[in-house]
Amino acid sequence: MTTTAAPTAKLHHEASRQARVIRRLRRNPLAVISFSVLVLATFVAVLAPWLAPYAPEQTDFANTFSPPGTAGHLLGTDDLGRDVLSRIILGSRASLEVGMLAVATALLIGVPLGLASGYVRSFDTVISRFTDLLLSFPFLILAVGLAAIRGASLGNAAVAIGIAQIPGIIRVVRSDTLRLKSLDFVAAAVVDGASDLWVLTRHILPNATSVVLVQATVAIPSAILGEAVLSFLGLGIQPPAPSLGTMLATAQQFAARAPWAAVLPGVTIMVLALAFNVFGDSLRDALDPKGSRE
Amino acid sequence: MTSPTQTHLGAPQDVAPVLDVRGLSVTFTTESGTVSAVDNVDLTLAPGEIVGIVGESGCGKSVTAMSLAGLLPRSARVSGSARLQGTELIGAPESVLRAARGQSIAYIFQEPMSSLNPVLTVGRQVGEVLQVHEGLSRKQARARAVELLTLVGIPSPLQRVDNYPHQLSGGMRQRVMIAMAVACGPTVLVADEPTTALDVTVQAGILDVLRELRDRLGTSILFITHDLGVIADVADRVVVMYAGRVVERAPVDELFAHPQHHYTAGLLVATPTPGRHAGTDRLQEIPGLVPVLSTQPDACTFAERCSAADAQCLGSAPALSSDHDVVALRPDHLVACWYPCGNPSAQHQGGRA
Amino acid sequence: MKPDTDVALEEVALELEDLVMHFGSVRAVDGVSLSIRKGQVTALVGESGSGKSTVGRCIVRLLEPTAGVVRIGGVDVTHLSRRQMRRHGKEVSIVFQDPAGSLDPRMLVGDVVGEPLRLQAGRISRRDREERINEELGRVGLRAEVARRYPHELSGGQRQRVSIARALISSPSLLIADEPTSALDVSVQASVLNLLADLQRDIGFACLFITHDLSAVEYLADDVAVMYLGQLVEKGSRERVFARPAHPYTQALLAAAPVADPPRQRARKAVLLGDDLPSALDPPSGCRFHTRCPLAFDRCTAEVPQLLGIGDGDAACHLVGPDGAGPDVRQTNSAGSLR
Repeated sequence: MTTTAAPTAKLHHEASRQARVIRRLRRNPLAVISFSVLVLATFVAVLAPWLAPYAPEQTDFANTFSPPGTAGHLLGTDDLGRDVLSRIILGSRASLEVGMLAVATALLIGVPLGLASGYVRSFDTVISRFTDLLLSFPFLILAVGLAAIRGASLGNAAVAIGIAQIPGIIRVVRSDTLRLKSLDFVAAAVVDGASDLWVLTRHILPNATSVVLVQATVAIPSAILGEAVLSFLGLGIQPPAPSLGTMLATAQQFAARAPWAAVLPGVTIMVLALAFNVFGDSLRDALDPKGSRE
Repeated sequence: MTSPTQTHLGAPQDVAPVLDVRGLSVTFTTESGTVSAVDNVDLTLAPGEIVGIVGESGCGKSVTAMSLAGLLPRSARVSGSARLQGTELIGAPESVLRAARGQSIAYIFQEPMSSLNPVLTVGRQVGEVLQVHEGLSRKQARARAVELLTLVGIPSPLQRVDNYPHQLSGGMRQRVMIAMAVACGPTVLVADEPTTALDVTVQAGILDVLRELRDRLGTSILFITHDLGVIADVADRVVVMYAGRVVERAPVDELFAHPQHHYTAGLLVATPTPGRHAGTDRLQEIPGLVPVLSTQPDACTFAERCSAADAQCLGSAPALSSDHDVVALRPDHLVACWYPCGNPSAQHQGGRA
Repeated sequence: MKPDTDVALEEVALELEDLVMHFGSVRAVDGVSLSIRKGQVTALVGESGSGKSTVGRCIVRLLEPTAGVVRIGGVDVTHLSRRQMRRHGKEVSIVFQDPAGSLDPRMLVGDVVGEPLRLQAGRISRRDREERINEELGRVGLRAEVARRYPHELSGGQRQRVSIARALISSPSLLIADEPTSALDVSVQASVLNLLADLQRDIGFACLFITHDLSAVEYLADDVAVMYLGQLVEKGSRERVFARPAHPYTQALLAAAPVADPPRQRARKAVLLGDDLPSALDPPSGCRFHTRCPLAFDRCTAEVPQLLGIGDGDAACHLVGPDGAGPDVRQTNSAGSLR
């Protein structure tokens, strides 16, 4: 019904895509919480050496198996008297490092392959078979193989995990490339003489960033979990360097006596992975042009 | 193409309308604020009448149609009244609406392919409507389906009844949709851009089917489109909408011959008609864009694009009426404008177009 | 299929000789020949499945024709890559139908319009490019500041203008307009049609206007070519085709397009062709239109009619004589009528 007496009506404005995505994220409580956790985790990881109250390898045989709340050890100590909190802080940093490194490797290799595969039919047959090959290769065997050849380390763990992520990236980028390839603005560029490389880098890739972003956000937790598994099995980060996985591995033996030494790193892994997953899901929903589910 | 337009002059006042909409308003709450899609719309549909709602995208014509049977999403707030043969539909409980849908009011939409189930034969789908609403057996339903397919002009209905949707062309699928819609003999058929996605040679056939339904079954049709040519072909009366409001309402001949609202006049001169060529003629453009409004102001929303507008148009919303100082209009020709175009029908006192 | 021997080669902006485009077994375009003189607008009319858009895509080399010849400005470009075509300087541009999908949503409007300049062979400085972009935007009636906006901030009509600006910035001699107004509202269609008419008159490019909208054709085109299921059924000047259409399909098309004039529309007779559209996978034998033609007789099923000259233009119908004389399907009682 008629309301305002203003001479011009209040128009309804369509916000820019970025603003819309950010607004949707802000309104989603899960997105806000998970994002805060991630920010906190990044903060902690970056400032780890200064935040950790003790050096992670620092032993204290007088204070082994101290429960959380003991003076000077907020989260208690493990079998060698090392501060659990410090080890968790530095272990998280290591996990995030591996996660980021692995996903970066996967993106570096997977995105170009996905673009090529989606755009050029002849590449597609080759790359798709390659993807199938990677998918059928058990990730752990790969990690074991790499460890055997090059020795177990953070770097090798990252590579093994990264390789395991590549097929997912290729799939997602390929499917978006296929969709974008058929749009008129690509045809317009082709008609004007654009080379395949020009089209891929200037038209397809910028429009595919949202799917890549979502995929990466969801790939990181698998990488973190992957690192935990590898370190647990002794194929990743080697003790005494702190890693959430190695902490779990060593805490196994005395779990009854000092459960916090196993539970706390486990919970940390879970929280990190969950935060990434939840944020990734919220991001995917926010980026969906169809609008929020009302 | 004889049309019963002659019989509908002044008809709405004599016979009780099957559909009576008053003060219909719809607002949507979206994530970027409210949108006022429909504002205070009045319209009536007499028995056996085809009323065309014409307007461009964003004018609210589809929203108006969908609001009648409660087909809008939860984010829509609908107010006003819509009486279908006496039963109030706006705000009615879901049970009332469900009973009305299919039986009293039916819809056909633009894209028949997305409304038809690809894994069922068309006979099954048409028959299903009958089985659900009228409790017919499978055999009876199939027989009725063949009858309906014949009614809508599908050739070889006995073979076609066992076809799947993908085996039919666009025009035939639309005919199947129409058959499903009228299976239970609804009083009102709402056709939302039914021919927009079809080729023009197929369109003529569909419009014919609708006219046939009106003649044979007495179905009243609310025909929504942006195509003025189609309106000229099929409608008895026309409702012109702009930015959510009705700006003009008149019998079809009168509207095209003597448009009173500047938007209607603008649409008519913007449409290329036979005989006009770029060398000698120029299509009259309407400058500016259709606004999307958060709230409807007390002003004419077309004023900013209108060459005849002045301060009064910007300061006060004109009412939809046939009573204007500037020009004497027939009682069935209403316009919401402070300065209607003028040049009314010569015999405006009880005359015939 | 007579070549334009009486017109000098450079005078012909576009020439198609027996163009064929098959997608596997789908015979989308099956032998289309036509020519457009410099500075003329030819409309290619057809409904869905006619192959008209495919013809457009073959001309700009988005598709490689299965057979036939495409000549732009006298140069055979049928099998050239787009880069080679560019080198020849025979510019052809295309404007698409859907304003939503034809502009890269991640690119600024200015960059969209300027992209062809960056893709062309010669070097052009940034400043010169910006100047050209502003010039072109002005020519299509958009303010220079639009260059700094994103496509989603513009209306459908504005986006179509941007597409046109982009298409014209490389000064093409031939513009392919593939249903440029079909996705727009009526009032916006008018402004875009006016714009195309003005630009075409001022700049003088030849234009292939692909559409199904006959009223737009009458407004904009000098010549008309009508396609049905991959083949041409009629060609001729606009005046002749609209005043005296020779082919039954053309007649049906003209009869079917409703006019925005109720008494006149009521007085017209509809020609109902029936909805059973044949598919390009398995086109009807003989004349492809015979399954829907009210006047079809036995010869139509057996023999493919040739596109023969009828004075002003050509027609492919067994019932049309060399002088253009033939039946008018609008006068006869139409097939498939419900009445």
